[in-house]
Amino acid sequence: MAKIIAGVGTSHTPAIGAAVDNGKTGEPYWAPLFKGYEPARKWMAETRPDVVIMVYNDHVNAFDFKIIPTFGLGCAEEFRIADEGWGARPVPDVKGYPELAAHMVQSLVLDEFDMTIVNEMQVDHGLTTPMSLLFGQVQEWPCRVIPLAVNVIQYPAPTGHRCFMLGKAIRKAVESWEEDLKVVIFGTGGMSHQIQGPRAGLVNKEFDKAFLDGLSSDPQRLAQIPPLEYLRDAGAEAIELVMWLIMRGALGDKVKEVYRFYHVPASSTAVGHIILESMA
Amino acid sequence: MKKEQEAYEDIPGTWVFDAQRARIGYRLNEFLYSLMKAENRKAFLADERGYLMTFAMSEEQREAVMKRNWNKLLELGGVSYALAKLAFTDGKTYQFMASQMTGMTEKEYIDMMVGGGRSPEGWRSKSEREGR
Repeated sequence: MAKIIAGVGTSHTPAIGAAVDNGKTGEPYWAPLFKGYEPARKWMAETRPDVVIMVYNDHVNAFDFKIIPTFGLGCAEEFRIADEGWGARPVPDVKGYPELAAHMVQSLVLDEFDMTIVNEMQVDHGLTTPMSLLFGQVQEWPCRVIPLAVNVIQYPAPTGHRCFMLGKAIRKAVESWEEDLKVVIFGTGGMSHQIQGPRAGLVNKEFDKAFLDGLSSDPQRLAQIPPLEYLRDAGAEAIELVMWLIMRGALGDKVKEVYRFYHVPASSTAVGHIILESMA
Repeated sequence: MKKEQEAYEDIPGTWVFDAQRARIGYRLNEFLYSLMKAENRKAFLADERGYLMTFAMSEEQREAVMKRNWNKLLELGGVSYALAKLAFTDGKTYQFMASQMTGMTEKEYIDMMVGGGRSPEGWRSKSEREGR
């Protein structure tokens, strides 16, 4: 049986990926951040998942505004790296898992989550930055990846509660797949940040800490945070944190926090990172 | 729904990219999306107005593009990730664009972020802000 064994929450700021690509990880600005991810990379190397489900958002790269899926599940064999306007990142293309993705679509739609099926899609920094942070610089990614693209660009994004429930349905879908597989699910984006308008640069450390605490102790409370509260208290782009609730929902009721890291800034973002192992 | 929009508008220094704003900005964002291609970036820089005339956006939106009036572009339905493609076309960084939106220099903006970012105190609502 396939099993979701752990969840990873992490920011996906593009400047982090660029720092990796341009050999800047040892510079004073970046060194503390990459040092903070070292234990996580070690954990990932020991955990060796077969499949990663990557919950992320596209940033007007794969999807323009012609079609905006709220939840788009990547069902392709391969996902190429998008050129976001400054050349594609020099990282390997991403290998999908179409058989498992098709099974997930089947299970999720019958569970009343109306997924958009995405058979061709390029992936951007929302997906590749977390891959670089947890797997480092590699010739080939060591596992297959099923991308789950969530609309958090055009409001309203799906609510935290809806995302949490989707996570639970994802757990059910994965556990009904017969092959023995270790699956790790990522929730990416956040934490507090705003990258537009005169209020750009907003960071709310208290909000972020409470969110990280709540992931282990009280995710039900986090799932009730109204969209406006993310906007008002943690910045217009903090709404990305609803994607962490998909990850959390997929871990079952009981989790063990095995690692946490928090750092300000990466570009305009407060960077948060957590690893939760499923105890269910 | 109206209530939700009023709440969005009460957040200072922010243009929430909701469905109504996205509707107004559709052609503007289509133009910005076109800048993902190198040949389009070149064509735009060679003749900005001529290139903008090929998109059915408002004259006000065209003017704001040519002036790189970033906050006006947000107000008129531009979304930040798409606006970034215009900044990159100019050879500028995202942080440059963000600093322009805040009225700071790029260095001032970076220093603020390194110092821990902008505190939410006084920035949660317009009423709170005006009361300061």
